[in-house]
Amino acid sequence: MKYIKQLLIILLVSFIAEAMEYFIPLPVAASVYGLILMLLGLMTHIIPLEKVEGTADYLVGIMALMFVPPTVGIMATVDELKQMGVALVVISAVTTLIIMVVTGKVAQFILNKKKKSEGGNGS
Amino acid sequence: MKEFLTGSLFFGVVLTLVAYEIGLLLKKKFKLAILNPLLLAAVIIIGVLLVLDIDYETYSEGAQYISYFLTPATVSLAIPLYRQLDLLKKYPVAILGSVAVGVLTAMVSIFLMSLLFGLNHQQYMTLLPKSITTAIGIGVSEKMGGIVTLTVVAISVTGITGNIMAETVLKWFKITNPIAKGLAIGTSAHALGTTKAMEIGEIEGAMSSLSIVVAGVLTVLAVSVFANFL
Repeated sequence: MKYIKQLLIILLVSFIAEAMEYFIPLPVAASVYGLILMLLGLMTHIIPLEKVEGTADYLVGIMALMFVPPTVGIMATVDELKQMGVALVVISAVTTLIIMVVTGKVAQFILNKKKKSEGGNGS
Repeated sequence: MKEFLTGSLFFGVVLTLVAYEIGLLLKKKFKLAILNPLLLAAVIIIGVLLVLDIDYETYSEGAQYISYFLTPATVSLAIPLYRQLDLLKKYPVAILGSVAVGVLTAMVSIFLMSLLFGLNHQQYMTLLPKSITTAIGIGVSEKMGGIVTLTVVAISVTGITGNIMAETVLKWFKITNPIAKGLAIGTSAHALGTTKAMEIGEIEGAMSSLSIVVAGVLTVLAVSVFANFL
């Protein structure tokens, strides 16, 4: 019963998010609205953490599985893929690594700077 | 036999779960990063479908119920995020700054490589939203005139690359701070990278989930500008 109620809350938030996507004329997906709504709900304690925790952790844990069917979809797009398959794979893979390194380096640089200035206060 | 499978409601789901379990088993047994359960599962399923001569639509009829949970799962990312909220309040500049630079890097690098490969506008629009989570990427691609199915494939290739390479790449480039690691993984490889970030640690996972939201929103804005370049 507990998990049914938790799932209900998560689906209800998803449903409200779906409505927001439909009625708000911005190119923002339901999942973004939903994530923000859920976070606001938790922060304001309208949704207590223990009322969603178990089911939410489970869903997050099996998220990779949910990507399987769309990935298999590659077999339905063979014609388009013939035209840009190589470019698609190379660009997707290479840019991912570039973005990862740049984001990580910038974040680490800012964090180290902050740490240094905080540490410097004492001396 | 084929007629039965074509009409079956559970064939797609069962095949997906079995293939994924095999993927998990192989990964556990050989401990190689390239043995990604998602990648293995997709290869196994495509093989089975080709051998049985069943098309994707038939498979998808049952299997779509697995992907049905993608939006609720993305909503659920708010929970690990909430647990690490103090961290977010502590480092707003590092988080917003690095993700913004990351999104800009995504746009510029995809634009330059699209030029290099001589892609047309539609193909370019297909790839621009490839670093954000599927649920958001599909919407962007559709709106901007990309080929949605291929955007999904590009998003998966991105996620698998990030998932497989994250630990190695972060080590090579000496990115060791847990917050920086999480931001790097989430911004570059969305939810699929985040599953790897969660394996590495709770802080990495939370930062990665946060990056999905921030990068998703920023990408929606950036794409409308970068769409005009090619």
